[in-house]
Amino acid sequence: MTMRAPASDLPVMLLEVTILGAEVTILDGISLTFDAGAPTVLIGPNGAGKTTLLRAVMGLIQPTRGRIMWGGKESAEPSRRAIVFQRPTMLRRSTEGNVRYALAAAGVPHAERAGRTAELLALVRLDGLEHRPARKLSGGEQQRLALARALAREPALLLLDEPTASLDPYATKAIEDIVRDIAARGVKVVMATHDLGQAKRIVGDIVLLHRGRVIENAPVAEFFEQPRSEEARKFMAGELLV
Amino acid sequence: MLENASALQLVLSGDPGLYAIVRLSLEVSLSAVLFAALIGVPAGAFIALTRFPGREGVTILLNALMGLPPVVVGLAVFMTLSRSGPLGSWGLLFTPQAMVIAQTILVAPIIAALSRQTIEDLWVEYRDELAAMNVGPLRRVTTLIWDARFSLMTALLAGFGRAAAEVGAIIIVGGNIDGFTRTMTTAIALETSKGDLPLAIGLGIVLISIVIAINALAWAARRAGLRYAA
Repeated sequence: MTMRAPASDLPVMLLEVTILGAEVTILDGISLTFDAGAPTVLIGPNGAGKTTLLRAVMGLIQPTRGRIMWGGKESAEPSRRAIVFQRPTMLRRSTEGNVRYALAAAGVPHAERAGRTAELLALVRLDGLEHRPARKLSGGEQQRLALARALAREPALLLLDEPTASLDPYATKAIEDIVRDIAARGVKVVMATHDLGQAKRIVGDIVLLHRGRVIENAPVAEFFEQPRSEEARKFMAGELLV
Repeated sequence: MLENASALQLVLSGDPGLYAIVRLSLEVSLSAVLFAALIGVPAGAFIALTRFPGREGVTILLNALMGLPPVVVGLAVFMTLSRSGPLGSWGLLFTPQAMVIAQTILVAPIIAALSRQTIEDLWVEYRDELAAMNVGPLRRVTTLIWDARFSLMTALLAGFGRAAAEVGAIIIVGGNIDGFTRTMTTAIALETSKGDLPLAIGLGIVLISIVIAINALAWAARRAGLRYAA
């Protein structure tokens, strides 16, 4: 299958973005740019703000202060971006039905949907499970189906929120292989993870978040070999960042 | 015992009078459920998915309307359709159509209240995914109704149960006219008061059998559906 050339939604620019929760600051003056190219991996402890950052970049949460711009525009319409949540909800349909629904929502003409569905299910290695109820798939299979649904939008930017949390190594490898495959097709991947090993395997840029702030933003090799912050050194040493 | 045997004989003999009553009862109740579903499901979906001032009050009112007394609804429809009423010129009083109107009013709040709950629960589950797919308001509603269809069947069954068992409203607006507006429940009330227990028991057996059969069919459909779209 072909992916559209990265265009309208990139680059995504966050300008001094602050998001306040009920009693806490979830994101604190974040400035970041996500542009076409290698994947960006967001790492950090629980509560660092990774999920909120991804949701804000998707346009699902409005910043309390600051601005987010997609391709130079401040439109929140997610035309060329897609997200896979940490615990994706399967629609009460078959595996194939979930992808067809995503294609219809993305405005793909009816006549093209059967072919595109088959392509997408093959890409995420779910061919053969087309007619199984999506809610009866395993955790790893549901994540892959959520990826197929996200790809139905032909995104220029794909946001993944800990897609391998609670998956076994086999299922994790399957997801990572697909993510690399998608990135190689020109889709910008921004992925949140707890797993430092995964951050190394995905290869690209690393953004370390802690308490809603960007602590470090560097290419993967530089991040692991020459961490500039105390927090990054502690995080890599497996110490608790509190 | 003798009365039970006569009742069974009446049912098994295919008595045309009895089956005319059964047919009319089904036509009235199923039509009322159909109209109530056309009103209740979209109304339930609207309340589930829309935030507006007084929404909680509307929800409480809707839940309360599930317990509408049939005789009060019957009286209200009677006054509306009677010759001196606002819709008296339609000439619907003491017709099956009047009975459908009364039962629709009784059943619609049940379907709307149960649909609201079902659709709201599913919306909580689907909200993020549908927002991420940039699904517009109309497709959102149709998606939720379609994906909740097996749960919504329970709302329709509850509505049918109410309609099939109801006597107070339809006896007022239908008049229990032999061969025209006599249903199973109104006939049972009449025959019991006249002392014709075999016919009353026979109708009772048919009524209960129909309710069980429709529930069994719905259960089978739900089970088959869940196998493919759980």
